[in-house]
Amino acid sequence: MTSVMSYEPVIGLEVHLQLKTTTKLFCGCSTKFGAPPNGQTCPVCLGLPGVLPVLNARAFDWGIRVALAFNCQLASVMKFDRKQYFYPDLPKNYQISQYDQPLAQHGHLEVVVEGQTTRTRIRRIHLEEDAGKLLHDASQHESFVDFNRAGVPLLEIVTEPDLRSAETAYQYLIELKSIIEYLDVSTCNMEEGSLRCDTNISLRSQGTETLGVKVEVKNLNSFRAVKLALEHEQHRQATALARGERIAQETRLWDARALRTESMRSKEEAADYRYFPEPDLVPFMITPEQVEQVRGQLPELPAQRRARFQQQYQLCAYDANVLTQSRALAHLFEEAVRAGTPAKPVANWLMGEFLAYVKDKSLEPAAVKLDPVWLKDLVELVQRGRLSGPMAKTVFTQMLDRGVPPQQVVGERGLEQISDPAHLERLADEVLQANQKSIEDYRRGKTSALLHLMGQAMRLSKGTANPQQLSALLKRKLEQGQVNAPQ
Amino acid sequence: MSATSPASLTIHELRTRLASRAVSPQEVVDDLLARMERLNPRLNVYAAIDPDRLRQQAKAASPIRGRLAGVPITVKDNICIDGELTTCASKILAGFRAPYDATVIHRLRREGAILIPRANMDEFAFGSSTENSTYGPTRNPWDLDCVPGGSSGGSAAAVAADVAIAALGSDTGGSIRQPAAFCGIVGLKPTYGRVSRYGLVAFASSLDQIGPLTKDVTDCAWLLSVIAGQDPNDSTSAPVDVPDYVAGLQQPVKGIRIGLPELSVEGIDPEVHRAIQDAITVFQRLGCSTVPVTLPNIGSAVATYYIIATAEASSNLARYDGVRYGRRVSGDNGQGTLLDMYERTRDQGFGAEAQRRILLGTYVLSHGYYDAYYLKGMKVRTLIKRDFDDALARCDVVLLPTAPSPAFRLGEKIDDPLQMYLSDVFTISANLAGVPALSVPCGFSSQGRPIGLQLLAAPFREEVLLRVGYAYEQATEWHRQQPE
Repeated sequence: MTSVMSYEPVIGLEVHLQLKTTTKLFCGCSTKFGAPPNGQTCPVCLGLPGVLPVLNARAFDWGIRVALAFNCQLASVMKFDRKQYFYPDLPKNYQISQYDQPLAQHGHLEVVVEGQTTRTRIRRIHLEEDAGKLLHDASQHESFVDFNRAGVPLLEIVTEPDLRSAETAYQYLIELKSIIEYLDVSTCNMEEGSLRCDTNISLRSQGTETLGVKVEVKNLNSFRAVKLALEHEQHRQATALARGERIAQETRLWDARALRTESMRSKEEAADYRYFPEPDLVPFMITPEQVEQVRGQLPELPAQRRARFQQQYQLCAYDANVLTQSRALAHLFEEAVRAGTPAKPVANWLMGEFLAYVKDKSLEPAAVKLDPVWLKDLVELVQRGRLSGPMAKTVFTQMLDRGVPPQQVVGERGLEQISDPAHLERLADEVLQANQKSIEDYRRGKTSALLHLMGQAMRLSKGTANPQQLSALLKRKLEQGQVNAPQ
Repeated sequence: MSATSPASLTIHELRTRLASRAVSPQEVVDDLLARMERLNPRLNVYAAIDPDRLRQQAKAASPIRGRLAGVPITVKDNICIDGELTTCASKILAGFRAPYDATVIHRLRREGAILIPRANMDEFAFGSSTENSTYGPTRNPWDLDCVPGGSSGGSAAAVAADVAIAALGSDTGGSIRQPAAFCGIVGLKPTYGRVSRYGLVAFASSLDQIGPLTKDVTDCAWLLSVIAGQDPNDSTSAPVDVPDYVAGLQQPVKGIRIGLPELSVEGIDPEVHRAIQDAITVFQRLGCSTVPVTLPNIGSAVATYYIIATAEASSNLARYDGVRYGRRVSGDNGQGTLLDMYERTRDQGFGAEAQRRILLGTYVLSHGYYDAYYLKGMKVRTLIKRDFDDALARCDVVLLPTAPSPAFRLGEKIDDPLQMYLSDVFTISANLAGVPALSVPCGFSSQGRPIGLQLLAAPFREEVLLRVGYAYEQATEWHRQQPE
């Protein structure tokens, strides 16, 4: 019997990305998410008799942009095909897609997993139209179709089965999302369905080349779900193989509650989609000039920026990686540094408090209103001793919550640190006067009494007293016997 | 009906009279309505007649504004008119009202035309006789026992019988030219891409073209000038300038080279053959020269066509599923499955010929058959295109009969699909090659049924076709003859 550990997973990923063009792929309807059902439809995306598709030039351009970012070879001819199957969410009962000549092929993407750089080959990237959405009404035994999504541009990005662990798949998706965010072509929102991911996994004995039986896993609504599902599936298949069972070729659904996959349908009879070239769209040349023009407009991509950050700001690989994952975060960092703040404290604020805040509120970094200059101001307030560490954190949260500069938060809430000697002197005297017992304790050698007095004083000052100065002052007074009478 | 009846006028004649206020749009429409009332019960050219809507349009029509101001034109039942029923003579589209205008309709409206919905046709343009219609067959105005041809039989018969001034039809394999020939009128299938297909209910997207059916060549040029031109809503429409086709008619034809393909006389009606030979002498008299040309692959045209056309049709007709519009047959009081609903709707909604073509098309695109049928069909299509490239490099126009025989009798071929398909043998290659083709009347059979000749030219050379057709028309009297 082979041990569970001796199997190697062979994983492929298929990502569908909704492009955030303002209009659909083949008509002028809006693509905005959340409109009332069928509010964003026209004869073309409803597939009424007599209509014809017209390609959205921007979606095509964006497709090239993504293909280049994934190091693909562009096709020389742009050609569409019809993928035919009957389903009520598909208005024409065929989907305009690309079959034998996808927009791009032979790309690759590199991700770092546990310090190791691994390359995943991209098999193909193609452009197609999305389908509508079925809405089932359990009480009425009826189903409804919302065609707002029908015709929204989708880019399908398919890897070769090159991924060798769930963690690599996870990191691939993070890098993919990061690249797409830099390219600014999709919202990559899995909850709204603008990024969808299916995966397939098979196992084989370590050291062998033959592929095992492939299982597709669907219903993955987060990157974490992809990782968990793959880990589960790897374990499930390994256990079965170790028992000498055969793996069925099938599609399985991830159950995010039960944390397991369940069989959906077997793939024994493969669907015949009767693909043929879409006669309503004339194939056209993709010229090298066109490709070079798009290439010239590509922004700096995460990998390039990561390398630059390490060099330019002397950041470690880890920091550079975290800071560049989101384009918005990287931008904040660079702008704050450009405003004159040292890189390390800015990096610490962003990687610590900022990302915690974003995670806590389930926000994308880009959705947070934060002026890089505020970050600079905050760092300076701390450096000049006008804010204590804990106070600065409070100010930071307030700053993000309300979208106002740190000075304003400090001013309005009286949070500024008190370092005025006269003020501190009065505070120390007041506390000492009220705690005669602590004075005696201290003088008998019980130094912990000082901590008690500090606590009292900080409370009295509502935390605004400069703790270093105050502590020194109290100590001096206790040791020198300078306890003034209350005024 | 006297020759001065407005209904019997051509577009150009009618425009002159409307512009000089010799006749009003209302008088034209009233005359047409009177004829419709008398003739439609016998001919069945219209799927429906709405006199009030026609009179409203006539009342609102300007007699001067636009190239078609006040000119009533009928439209085949597969071209969308905003707010009107568009059913393709099929039960499956019963009750479907188009919520938009086809581009050609928009262009007709812009030029002030009065629209007469809806000319009868073979269901989804599947047929060559206008017998495959949910509205019943249309009859040939020259002989009520004969078919008017198809699939634009309603359009052709309406023009021949003077119940429309002109008509729009669609041509996928001969559906404008063959009925034009059978009804003794002029019909043009423009170059693929010359006229927008937006709003034409698709049969075979790579072959379909909308075109005019008219009483003479001048009208044909007139109507083409209005409907031709690139359309941003149709990616397959070509960015080629539209010349003034009417002005081009007067250009001389002396020296025009007419290509005569070697055809096996077998399968061609002797009377058709003789009419074509006579036409050749007319062209020679006009100063045209004749050149022998070869079209080596034309023998494979019908087979190729029925692979490509049915493949595309099976896909284009997939949307008629009862989910969103048209007829739905759910049965079982709505308790059946989705599959039941699809099957019942399509089984009861489509006629026999439509089902036959959907099945054929589904078959040729199926896994394992694609290469043997569709792919091979596309290759032969390329060969046929090359045949025309080569032939049209050696001549200006190619001359062919439009149909191998004059109009046949109702019911004669309806049960023999292969015989029916062969009636398109001379028209189909123009669609496969994408070239323009014009049918003009060139005689009558001994039984008094019209015969048509067909001229084909290089892509976007409609002006040559029309010029040659016009010269022939001026030299002959065939187009002036009218059915009793």
